[in-house]
Amino acid sequence: MEATLHRTPLYARHVALGARLVPFAGFEMPVQYEGVIPEHRAVRSDCGVFDVSHMGELHVDGPTAQAFLQATLSNDLDRVGDGEAQYTLLTNEQGGIVDDLIVYRFAHGQFLLVVNASNREAVFGWLKDREPRGTEVRDASDEYGLLAVQGPRSLERLGLSDAPAFTHDMGEIDGVEVMICRTGYTGEKGVELCCAAEDALELWDTVVARNAVPCGLGARDTLRLEVCYPLHGNDIGPETDAISAGLGWACALATEFTGVDVLRRIREDGPTRKLVPFVMEERAVPRHGMPIEGGGEVTSGTHSPMLDQGIGMGYVPAGSSAPGYELTIDVRGRPRRARVVTKPIYRKEE
Amino acid sequence: MAAPESYPDELKYHPEHDWARIEGEDATLGVTWFAQDALGELVHYEAPAVGSTVTKDESYGEVESVKAVSDIVAPLSGEVVEVNQKVVDEPETVNDDPYGEGWLIRIRMSDPGEVDALMDAEAYREHVAEQ
Repeated sequence: MEATLHRTPLYARHVALGARLVPFAGFEMPVQYEGVIPEHRAVRSDCGVFDVSHMGELHVDGPTAQAFLQATLSNDLDRVGDGEAQYTLLTNEQGGIVDDLIVYRFAHGQFLLVVNASNREAVFGWLKDREPRGTEVRDASDEYGLLAVQGPRSLERLGLSDAPAFTHDMGEIDGVEVMICRTGYTGEKGVELCCAAEDALELWDTVVARNAVPCGLGARDTLRLEVCYPLHGNDIGPETDAISAGLGWACALATEFTGVDVLRRIREDGPTRKLVPFVMEERAVPRHGMPIEGGGEVTSGTHSPMLDQGIGMGYVPAGSSAPGYELTIDVRGRPRRARVVTKPIYRKEE
Repeated sequence: MAAPESYPDELKYHPEHDWARIEGEDATLGVTWFAQDALGELVHYEAPAVGSTVTKDESYGEVESVKAVSDIVAPLSGEVVEVNQKVVDEPETVNDDPYGEGWLIRIRMSDPGEVDALMDAEAYREHVAEQ
């Protein structure tokens, strides 16, 4: 028997909206409501709302929390001020990626880490095991609801003014108190709204009443892949390093953190393989795990709703990683041509 | 827009959610409303070549949505005499009209007796209800 799946506070809404529910990271989550493609287009053209309450929230507090996180996470936390946020990696001794996450700083010694649902226990355990005197790590995932409201009209729909990316502030939407985070996973303007779990239903209802289109994990995946945001467990993981994955920008190699020596060496020598974005030159949909001729593998693949063609990312030998390089992907025994492109795969026409 | 659920009486059905329209020695094949609904909007149709043979109960092609790929199982055996190029070019045609414009291939049957083993619409509706 399968283990019992968790449900977010919005489960009843997903069922009422006729969502197709699938198990994801131990949760019963909506993969789509009306359909992946219309939901994807809603986010690119207007505004969509995603229930991402399955993600983990860890509080890291105390007088030594800053130094602890700076020595544990890959990016330079000292550059993050109060009310700011940063994309960063939790790395292991081999330079592999335990998780990619966003750290939000409230004040000195007061941080919130939003981590991937499937890595919540791994990250919590990792930090708890190494927690120094003067730092307390607390898993508060069940205390919060989290909604991502994304799209070019999202701020207007929510009645919010613009603010720089990777900042956050407390606020309210129609009377519901929320932490408003200027972050997202779609490549569009938007916010992620963190609220008390008991307020999540009211927040969802008010956001939907403001004409945000409910969107599932299916559209979340196609949106993030069009803009080449990596998915932990697919494109990156404990066995892959940040340099080869193209995440060197999130690693402050001048600072000291777990595995930094390995990453410095890879940077110095140059990675032997690289994670590259590609588009199909022939009609075919690349999928996770498909071999790339010459020694590579597709790590994420889908059909791009905006480009109407197959797109993906995969690791290839460094020698065949330059944009323009032609790849051949083994699509269930059929060779199909693809071409390495620059990030992002999809770029909005301004 | 996606078509409403239906299983026309004049078609024959295979339990793997494929239909056949018998026209003399030929049969037109496609996937049922249930199959396209389970997959979602189709984005790719990997069609067999004209002149190739298909075998009852075996895969002759693939249809894919954004999220999933599915083998298309032949309800009957025969030689492919026509492939629906409209579906190759616009796979979502299957979602819009699974029994009409969204047909997949036309075959010359090699064993018309196989038709007797297929389900009629009523039996197939019961089969779907059990899914």
